[in-house]
Parts: sequence; structure tokens; C-alpha cells
Amino acid sequence: MLLVVEQFLNGLQFGLLLFLLAAGLTLVFGIMDLVNLAHGSLYMMGAYFAATFAAWTGSFLLGALLALGATLVLGIVLEMSALRHLYGRDHLDHVLATFGLILFFNEAVRLIWGPAGLALPLPVWLTVPVPILPGIHYPAYRLAIIVVALMVALLLYLGVMRTRIGMLIRAGASNREMIGALGINIKLLYTLVFGLGAALAGLAGLMQAPILTVQIGMGENILILAFVIVVIGGIGSIRGAFIAAISVGMIDTLGRAFLPNLLRQVLSSAAASTAAPALSSMLIYLVMAIVLVVRPEGLFPANRR
Amino acid sequence: MKTFTVSKAVTALMLAGLVLLPLYSQLSGNIFILTLFTRVIILALAAASLNLIMGFGGMMSFGHAAYLGIGGYAVGMLAQEGVGSGFIQFPVALAASAIYGLVIGALSLRTRGVYFIMITLAFAQMAYYVASGLARYGGDDGLTVYKRSDFSGLINLSNRTQFYYLCLGCLFAVIVLIWRIVNSRFGLVVQGLRSNEQRMQAIGFPAKRYQLVCFVISGMMCGLAGALLANNTDFISPAVMYWTRSGDLMVMVILGGMGTLFGPVMGAVVYLLLEEFLSQLTEYWALIMGPLLLLIVLFGRGGIMGLLGRLNRG
Amino acid sequence: MAEPLLRVEKLVRRFGGIVATDNVSLDVASGELHAIIGPNGAGKTTLISQLTGHLEPHSGSVSLGGRDITYLPAYRRCALGLARSFQITSLLLDFTAADNVALAAQAHAGHSFRFFADARKEKGLRDAAHAALDRVGLLHRADVLVSRLSHGERRQIELAVALASKPKLLLLDEPMAGLGVTESQGMVKLLQELRKEVSIVLVEHDMPAVFALADRISVLVYGRVIASGDPAAIRANEDVKRAYLGEAHVVTHHV
Repeated sequence: MLLVVEQFLNGLQFGLLLFLLAAGLTLVFGIMDLVNLAHGSLYMMGAYFAATFAAWTGSFLLGALLALGATLVLGIVLEMSALRHLYGRDHLDHVLATFGLILFFNEAVRLIWGPAGLALPLPVWLTVPVPILPGIHYPAYRLAIIVVALMVALLLYLGVMRTRIGMLIRAGASNREMIGALGINIKLLYTLVFGLGAALAGLAGLMQAPILTVQIGMGENILILAFVIVVIGGIGSIRGAFIAAISVGMIDTLGRAFLPNLLRQVLSSAAASTAAPALSSMLIYLVMAIVLVVRPEGLFPANRR
Repeated sequence: MKTFTVSKAVTALMLAGLVLLPLYSQLSGNIFILTLFTRVIILALAAASLNLIMGFGGMMSFGHAAYLGIGGYAVGMLAQEGVGSGFIQFPVALAASAIYGLVIGALSLRTRGVYFIMITLAFAQMAYYVASGLARYGGDDGLTVYKRSDFSGLINLSNRTQFYYLCLGCLFAVIVLIWRIVNSRFGLVVQGLRSNEQRMQAIGFPAKRYQLVCFVISGMMCGLAGALLANNTDFISPAVMYWTRSGDLMVMVILGGMGTLFGPVMGAVVYLLLEEFLSQLTEYWALIMGPLLLLIVLFGRGGIMGLLGRLNRG
Repeated sequence: MAEPLLRVEKLVRRFGGIVATDNVSLDVASGELHAIIGPNGAGKTTLISQLTGHLEPHSGSVSLGGRDITYLPAYRRCALGLARSFQITSLLLDFTAADNVALAAQAHAGHSFRFFADARKEKGLRDAAHAALDRVGLLHRADVLVSRLSHGERRQIELAVALASKPKLLLLDEPMAGLGVTESQGMVKLLQELRKEVSIVLVEHDMPAVFALADRISVLVYGRVIASGDPAAIRANEDVKRAYLGEAHVVTHHV
């Protein structure tokens, strides 16, 4: 019971982090039609910024806030200097150019921070276990991630659904020509959307930083998961990204936690321990395959092109 | 070859260089260059196979490195289990690649555009994780191939020069095959589908069937490259399937010129030599390589072959 | 009367609340040229798409030569002898005119899982392509890339492609669209020749052309066939006059 609740919360927490990453990715896809592999680099930069600023200021929270601002600025600079020129180009060009950016970012990080990883220590008040149910404790920091990510998701939802800018974003995701026809400053909108996506990725990175080590390439594996989520959720759909992210987070976490035991009941112990790690890492890709067979455009296709 | 063009001349020069390289290596005593170019040729083979689906077929696969791993693991795992014969290892490598291509292709080809790019990427990453989970075969750390594939005296893969020529022969054979395929009935259909799928359906071609077969053929060619790669490094690990490896292959194809016969070879040679050169220049070579890629995308349409073509006209 | 070549029965297709094809029934006899006309938004394109297999109807049926093809994919219909041209020219732009047509001939010649022989050197395919190009008067442009051809020439290639699959029934979706006066006259002349060899369903806006060519005309308004008959009958039909007057009215209103 204890384990189930804990793993469930872990899955939720992971899923929410994935959502922060996937939300920016899916918006940039949906609106600018840009495949941005370097999104994972922004996640990594968020973590490095946070570790650095926290060390400078001596405060975790202050460091996190500064890092958030820094990734936002970085995203905007990146969009204005390089990615802007890729709009309207072939997807393959996007893949290649942003692949180049990943090489650049990884190397730049190695140059600035060195090849060894960094650690981002938590303040004491975030390390204590919090009782969530009678007899069940959960780390305060992980709980904080869940709360913050849920709040951001809610804000994002309200922002996209209720505000003028959100309306433009939704209009852009389903019909790109339309916002141009409305006479809106598209350049500015694009820059803002990209900056927002960058900040979300940075937030995911800096929140994950205390749990994992801050290291080069940390954004790459999780980027692929974000891709899977975007594919499952449907390109350009925030709602799809949310549902897919939570599902992927849950399936991945619960699969890794419980699949070995489940397999042990049907297979011999040796066979189970061989198959379990491979199978549990395959799980989400199998889910993706199934979703694709049933709905090739994802669960919530925002645009029909 | 009726007319002389710059791109033909450069291609011929490059091929002649590849054929004569072992001679130079022997004379100069530079063994390193032979090792380097064996790797270049194997990856050129992989890039050429990717070009078949990407350049001619319009299928933007971002998961091609998976076949390098599948081909490599077929050799490595069989060797570990005591099956050392290349006559078994290589067919198994091709068959495994074909099966993977068939399953992944059937699923991925349901989608198009960005979805296709991401799906192929995700499946390759799945293959990467599966390989990492193979505890019996080294898991994350990979698997040492203690004995190279044995072709019962026909050819000795442990001999550097013989192995080099085997790889070069495979590359040439694959390029000839691609050349024939591209001009065959099948190839015209696949290229027609790249150009206008709706039209091809309307004149009576079931699109997916042809694309899937092309996808599988390309995968098998890359599986061959994988089997050679494992022999070349005497080692196979999940790292060859990592998604950045797929990215490297794409870069080679585009750098050289998509949809041209020799472009991928040119791209592989230039990309890998550039990497080698930059890494000798500075430890932080990717700091230059990254923005260079960006510039190539922004300004270098049609890759090296395109550039050479323009030279000829200009 | 013999079984018609094409029979459409009670075809219904909805988009949300709009019924784009509303119980459409019509048939095309062997050797007939059957024109479908109607004001903009009458559902002509939707109907064509269901005949070619790009869209599935919600109910009703389509049969070709007595065989039910309602739910067959496009490529199977083509194999059964249904060829089409597109309203907006849809060709392989980076292929030559001859290659475009030869591919259609190749599709007609069975499967294309031949990997080794040079298809461009297959005499049968080349001859078929050249014959079809000759038929539309474009043989001299055979080796030009389609992207270098003029709009009018591309419309003719569309036709040659459709012919190359040796169809029983030709579905022409506005073959005159975007053509100049002389080009249009040439196209009418060409269709007059072709109709001797193959049955044709012609969707067209160019009324003089339709009335000059058609054996029978069906008028589609708001997804429904409001009249069907020979050109004289259609010309005299009050409902048709009203529908077209209505459209003219709307058009002047817009301008």
C-alpha cells in the first residue's frame, strides 16, 4: 500500500514534469510548425542556471527564480538569432539545425561548467518527509514539484483558454494563416510563445535538478519522452499533452516499479529479471504504437492538415 | 558519362582515392588512416541506405541508427553464443533488420510529416533501451566481440586491408543496387510517392505497400553496415543506436546531397573528416560543428552535390 | 436496358450538420458523356471524391460495371477501370511529362515490385506513354519536366495520365479550369474525340462546353440532383433556371 501510493505520486510528479517540457514543444510545433530538438537543451540550461545561481545567492528559491528568467531570456535570444530563420522551412532543416544547436549547447556547457555534473542541494525545509495519509510520508520536495507543476498547468490552461493572447495561440495552432490575416504582430507572438516554451522547459529542468544530477545531455533522453507525449497527445494540443504526459509518467514509473514482480509470477525468476528491465523501458513505446494504430494523428489533433 | 561536370570529376576523384587508400597507408606506414577510413566507409554505407528512403522515398526517418545496433548485436550476440561463422551472422543481421523494419515501418508509415520523424526517433530510442537492458550481453556497457566474423578462409576480416576492401566492396554493391532500384519500376513508384502521393493513389498504386518495402530494403542495407561496424570496432554497445547517431547519419545525407547517388558518401567523408580535424584542433570541436550545421541548413541548399552542380553551371 | 457502367444510388455524405451529398442517384451508360453541373457549393467536389474513393459516403452505394465499389480505396478503383483528373492539377512536378504518363501505364500493367530493370527503358511503357501524350497533342513535350510546363499543358497531361491507364470510365473534374479561350476550345475538341472511345463523367463550369459535349446532364444544387436529362431538357427546366438565376443573384450581391 505504502509503495503503491508512493509510486503513484512519483508517476504523477514525473508526468507533470514531462508535461512542462511537452507543453512548450507542442506549442512551438503547433504554432510555428517548428521541430525543435534543442528544447531538451533549454531544459538542461534551466538546471545548470539554477545550480549556478543557487550557489551564488545561497538561496534555492532565489536561484530557481533567476534561472527561470535566464532560460526565458535565452529562449528569446535563441529564437531571434537563429530559429526565426527556420520558420517555413522544411522539417528536415529544423531537425538538422536544432541538432547542431544541441551539439553547441552541450559543448558550451562543458566549456563553462566542465565535464563533471553539478549538484543542486535542497534547503533543509524541503527535505523533510511530509505525512500525506495516516502512516504514509512523502518527500516535501517532490510534493512541491507536484503543486508547482499543477499550478503552472492550471495557469497555462487558463492563459490559453481565457486570455486574448491565448486565443491567438489557439487560433495559430489550428490555422496559421488566420492570425496573419488578423493583422497581429506574428513575429512578436512567435518570440513570446518560444520564450514561454523555453521558460517551461527551464522550469522542468531546474525542478528536476535536485533529484538527479545536473549533467550534460540530461535533456536528451527526456526530450524523446516529450516527443512521444506530443505524438500521443496530438501536435499543438495542450490538453492532449497534459493527458499524454500524465499517462506516460504513470505508465513508465509504475511499469518500472511493479512489472518485475508481475513477471515473476508468470515467468521463472531468472527470466523475469532478464526481461523486466527491457520490457518496462519498452512499455511507453508500446503504448505509443497502440495509440498510433488507433489514431494516427494523436488523441487530440489540434489541426487538421 | 557523356558530359564532363565538376560533380562527376569530384566523385570520381573521391572514389579513386578510396580505392587507392590502402596503398597509401602501406607506403606511408600510416595505419591510423586506414582504420579511420574503414569507419568512414561503413558509415557512408549507412548514410547511403538512409538516403534511399529519405532522399528518394521522402521518408524522413530519424531512427536509422537502430539498424546499426541490430546488425551489430546480431554479430556480437551470435559470437558470444559461439556462432562465429559470418555465413550465419550476416544473414541473421539482415533478417533481424528486415523484421525490425517491417514492424516499425508498418506502424510509422501510418503517420506522416513531423509525426513520422518523431515516431521513428522514438522507436529507435526504444531499441536503444532494450539493448541497454540486455544484461546477458553487457547491458549499458556493451559487448566485446572477441573474434571477428569467420568466412572460412574466403576473406580474413582481421586483416586490415582485406577488411577495408570488404567494406568498400559492400559500399559499392549497395550503391549499384540503389542505382538500379531508383531507376526500376519500383523506384519510380517510390519517388512518385515522394512527389505526390494523392496522384499515385489515383493512378492505381497502393502507396504504403511500396513505401514499406523500400523502408525494409533500406533497413537491411543499414543492418549490413551495423554488422561491419561491430567487426570494425570488435565491440558493440547501445551507444551506436543512440539518437544522436541517427542525427549524424541524417547530417551526412543532407551535407552530401539528398537524393543523389554519391552524395551520402561524400557527406560521410566530409563530416567525419571534419569531425576528426576539428577534434584535433580543439577539444571543444562541437562548439564549431554545431553552428556550422546551422549555417549549412540556412545557406547550403542541396548539399555538396548541389554546390558542385552550381559550380559547373556558374 | 443493360446494366449501366456507373451506378450511384442514394449516396449521402454529411459534414457536421450539413448534408453535402443528399440522396444522390445517377447512372452513366457505356459510351455516354454525362455532365454534372451546379452552382458553387452544390457538392460537386464532394460527390466526385466519393466516386474516386477519397471520401466515404455515410450511406448509399457506388457500383462500376455491376461491381460494388463504395468502400474500395482509390487505387483499387483505378485497377477496375476508373480514372480521374484533378480539378487542381496534381502531377509529379519533378518528373518529366513522359514519366508521369508512363507511371500510369505501369500501374495498369500490374504490380511494380520489379527492382532491377530500368523502367525508363521498357518499350511497352514508353510507347504507351507516348501514345497517350500524342493523343492530347503533347508528344513534343514528352521529355520536359512537368514543373516547366504551362498550366494549359499540365491540364492536358492530366488527361494523358488518365488515358494511359486505359480506363472504362473517365472522371474529369473541371478539365477547363483556368484555361484561356483557345485552350478551352482545344480541350473541347479533344474531349469530343475521346468520348468516342471512353465513357466520361464531366464536372465543369464552362456551360457552352458542357452543352456542346454532354449526352446527358445532371444538375446538382445543395447536394441534391434537381434535374437530369438531355441538354435541351435541362435548358428548358424551370428549376434549373431558378437555381442559376439564384446563383447569379448571390454573385452580384457579393461583388
